[in-house]
Amino acid sequence: MVDLSVDLGFLKLKNPVLGASGTFGYGLEFKPFYDLELLGGFVVKGLYLKPREGNRPPRLVETPAGLINSIGLQGIGVEAFCRDILPELSGLKTAIIVNVCGEEEDEYARVAEYLSRHQGIAALELNISCPNVREGGRCPAQSPEATYRTVKKVKQAVSLPLITKLSPNVTDITAVALAAEEAGTEAISLINTLLAMAIDPETRQPKLGNVMGGLSGPAIKPIALRMVFQVARAVKVPLIGLGGIFSAEDVLEFMMAGASAVQVGTANFVDPDACLNIIRGLETWAENHGLQNLSQVTGSLKV
Amino acid sequence: MLIDRKARLVEVESWGDYFLFTIDSPEIARQAQPGQFLMIKVSETTQPLLRRPISLHNVEHTRLQIFFQVAGQGTRLLSSKRPGQSLDIFGPLGRGFSLSSELRNREVFCVGGGRGLAPLHYLAGKLKAAGARPIIFYGGRSETDLPLKGRLKASGLEVLVSTDDGSCGFRGLVTSLVEEKLKQRKPAFLYACGPDPMLEKLADICRREKLAGEFSLESIMGCGFGACWGCVKKIRRDGQEKYLKVCQDGPVFPIEEIVWPENEHG
Repeated sequence: MVDLSVDLGFLKLKNPVLGASGTFGYGLEFKPFYDLELLGGFVVKGLYLKPREGNRPPRLVETPAGLINSIGLQGIGVEAFCRDILPELSGLKTAIIVNVCGEEEDEYARVAEYLSRHQGIAALELNISCPNVREGGRCPAQSPEATYRTVKKVKQAVSLPLITKLSPNVTDITAVALAAEEAGTEAISLINTLLAMAIDPETRQPKLGNVMGGLSGPAIKPIALRMVFQVARAVKVPLIGLGGIFSAEDVLEFMMAGASAVQVGTANFVDPDACLNIIRGLETWAENHGLQNLSQVTGSLKV
Repeated sequence: MLIDRKARLVEVESWGDYFLFTIDSPEIARQAQPGQFLMIKVSETTQPLLRRPISLHNVEHTRLQIFFQVAGQGTRLLSSKRPGQSLDIFGPLGRGFSLSSELRNREVFCVGGGRGLAPLHYLAGKLKAAGARPIIFYGGRSETDLPLKGRLKASGLEVLVSTDDGSCGFRGLVTSLVEEKLKQRKPAFLYACGPDPMLEKLADICRREKLAGEFSLESIMGCGFGACWGCVKKIRRDGQEKYLKVCQDGPVFPIEEIVWPENEHG
């Protein structure tokens, strides 16, 4: 029997597979397909203080091996989440991680503070990297200074462990990772989507209502992997890798590059039971390779 | 709602770009309601990445039928499947048409434009079984866009046909045919599925005639089960306009709730 568990220091996961924020709804959407307790955990969709309308449709366009979305963090807000959804999640024996958003630094801290008054949340993921909510796809994770300030502010407001989610839309991701680490984040998740667009040549119009969006799916996996590799060499905090993971082999690549755990995103849309299939694939791989602890794979890349 | 990765494709019929598949999937067939849809995997590779949402055309015993038109890479791949192959299908999904008992003994219009006919066969069959009198309006550009007209009539349904070029039935838009018929008949309800301009025109007609009804909307979908919030349309509900998910809150919406793009506020 292989031990798939992963210890992030601040949080022990029964396996390294988490459902990724923005692709996993509020978790309950996946209940019809499998027992959510089989997951390492999941990250619920980003929450602001207030409900949010989201961006004008069309919000999705497929590109080669990828998907560009411009949802714009439509959602019910932190109050409705804690009242209507969290009670249904908090009894689950799996890590419930909540993705925290903010229009400005103060809102991140207020959302985190609101969440910290409720039971059943294992950690917060700071979404400082969504490309769909500010003009031109800008986000705090594009600046080490803004990253430091936001993480620090939330850190001072709550004692819950923080996972800071980084953007690939930067020149040097290690500088941002270091700033997050210095501000006290317990872990780093990377990468969020790549700022992208698609055009309909017949109409000469962008295919997305919001003009630009975030690219996800297998198309971005090589970039995500490279960034996990770079950041793993720069920081000491554990990394959660994501970006186009569709199979157990993809997970292993991210772990070898330095990730302790992973998130599965776009694959959930194609196969609602994708996370479960990936966990089973990891178990088989570890058995076939005579591994006792899957966590041994982390950072095992031979360069 | 379940994933059937071994749904056997029993029969493929085709007319130009239009395809009618008969698929054996007992559990999905047992759960299915008119107006619901399936998410179908069209490729084993990442090209295209996503499943395709396809309406349920009809359900009989353990078998489902889907009727679709090749419109892009996904539906082209789907159309290349052959009888005997397995399909990876997921459903039934969404909130289908409401079937009110008040429609008993009443006339009901079911209006389909081109491939928009897809969900109406199952609906009309259920309406008939419930004692209503459905009339299918089936419109297209030309006779070649109406491949199922004979089969609908053969199954005992009343069908009125229109073509833009006059090659079959009424010459003109299906919405004009509906207007013509409304001069003589007063249906209790109107259901429709088709391109947005057709639906928008029908919404005007229904408002004018004070005729209640429901439309089945199309949208590009990511997941089909409410996880991605990618397929939303603006809906006016409880005094508010908001983006609701076509896959979960729809695809069927009451006509008066649908906000057409140029009327959107903000």
